[in-house]
Amino acid sequence: MSEEPRPYTLVAELTYRCPLRCVYCSNPLDWASHTDALSTEDWLRVLREAEELGVVQVNLTGGEPLLRDDLEALVEEAQRLELYTNLITSGIPLARERLERLKRLGLDNVQVSIQDVTAPASDRIAGLRSFERKLQVARWVKELGLPLTVNTVLHRDNLDHVGEIVTLAESLAADRLELANTQYLGWALVNRQALLPTRGQLERARDLARAARRRLTGRMEVLFVTPDYYAEFPKACMDGWGRRFIVISPDGLALPCHAARTLPGLVFDNVRQRSLGEIWRDSAGFTAFRGESWMAEPCRSCERRGLDFGGCRCQAFHLTGDAAATDPACSLSPQHTLIETARAATAEPAAELIFRSPRRPSPTG
Amino acid sequence: MIADDARPTLAAKVRLRWDRRASRYMLLYPQRGLVLNATGADIVQLCTGEHTVGGIVDQLAGKYAREPADVAQQVQTFLARLAERGLIRCGDE
Repeated sequence: MSEEPRPYTLVAELTYRCPLRCVYCSNPLDWASHTDALSTEDWLRVLREAEELGVVQVNLTGGEPLLRDDLEALVEEAQRLELYTNLITSGIPLARERLERLKRLGLDNVQVSIQDVTAPASDRIAGLRSFERKLQVARWVKELGLPLTVNTVLHRDNLDHVGEIVTLAESLAADRLELANTQYLGWALVNRQALLPTRGQLERARDLARAARRRLTGRMEVLFVTPDYYAEFPKACMDGWGRRFIVISPDGLALPCHAARTLPGLVFDNVRQRSLGEIWRDSAGFTAFRGESWMAEPCRSCERRGLDFGGCRCQAFHLTGDAAATDPACSLSPQHTLIETARAATAEPAAELIFRSPRRPSPTG
Repeated sequence: MIADDARPTLAAKVRLRWDRRASRYMLLYPQRGLVLNATGADIVQLCTGEHTVGGIVDQLAGKYAREPADVAQQVQTFLARLAERGLIRCGDE
């Protein structure tokens, strides 16, 4: 890559707080120890600095971004900066009037998470009675003329419902359906034995999603994100470290991905201390795994290294203990047996679910 | 093949934005962006619901002093790509 890296997307994690307790939450296990330290002014400055750097799209997410009462001010500023503004929400708590206000201020798209196709199943994964309210919010989104993305995180208990999830999204007139297989980091890694599906489940769901995508072409975009655990090669995590994305945590860390702060030994700068431009260009955290010089074999000489960038650094660390190792999801990784063992364990009964809570779960999970 | 008298418009989720860093237009939509070349940007800017596909072809043929038949081919291919991704609507959906 001779081209100077430029961020295109800012992921603004406005808070780690959330009314839901999803068992696959991607927030760090110690989320409760990080406060919402950034003020409205801080966030407004972050948006401006991000746009200066080249960012054209902002995802307002969390936790639950609706819990910040300055969401309106941020949407307004993002719109002034002509950033494509996407609200990623559980839909709770939201009144129709607030959604209407956000639309008026320039919100471009609303992504609502729906955990499953029935209230009991969806509420069980979310750890909160929320299904009906989510459907209500999704309907308001469309009534107000906003584009709607439905996002469902897939796992062992809902993969067999992909057909029904498509039907539900169609009935809500969603513009886009994201069927995202669980990424096994954060709370999802704690719950891996309960959530990891079998290969058969996955292949059936993938075929259904493909058929739906063909049938709905031009009407509803259907996206199926395959899980690393059943792929031959890892995904290009975040399109490469420090290459396209900046994540800002609620306490102000600028991160290459939402889980990067869990990597030991890396120092990440805070946007309250340095400008985003400086952090992006030459902070230790952003440059640690940028490019290819950090790679060891088999990545270093692999012809795919410019496609998947060695996979996910966080997955490498949490499974092998070494953040610079080849992602074990890669079939070429010398530690790929870690993935094979997890896959083999799907033949065994699922473990009990551990809900996201303010307290870190015990290491055995 | 999109009908000659269809009047394409950008889908609700899509916004056209001038990318001042790279001096080019981009189409932005949830979690994605599509970089447009000059011709692509010209076509998209005419996707307002006012112009028919035939009208878009005529305008571009005039602007670039080219045969409408050649331009038609290019416009069709480009619009079909956008339609397939759900980025434009062609009126009757």
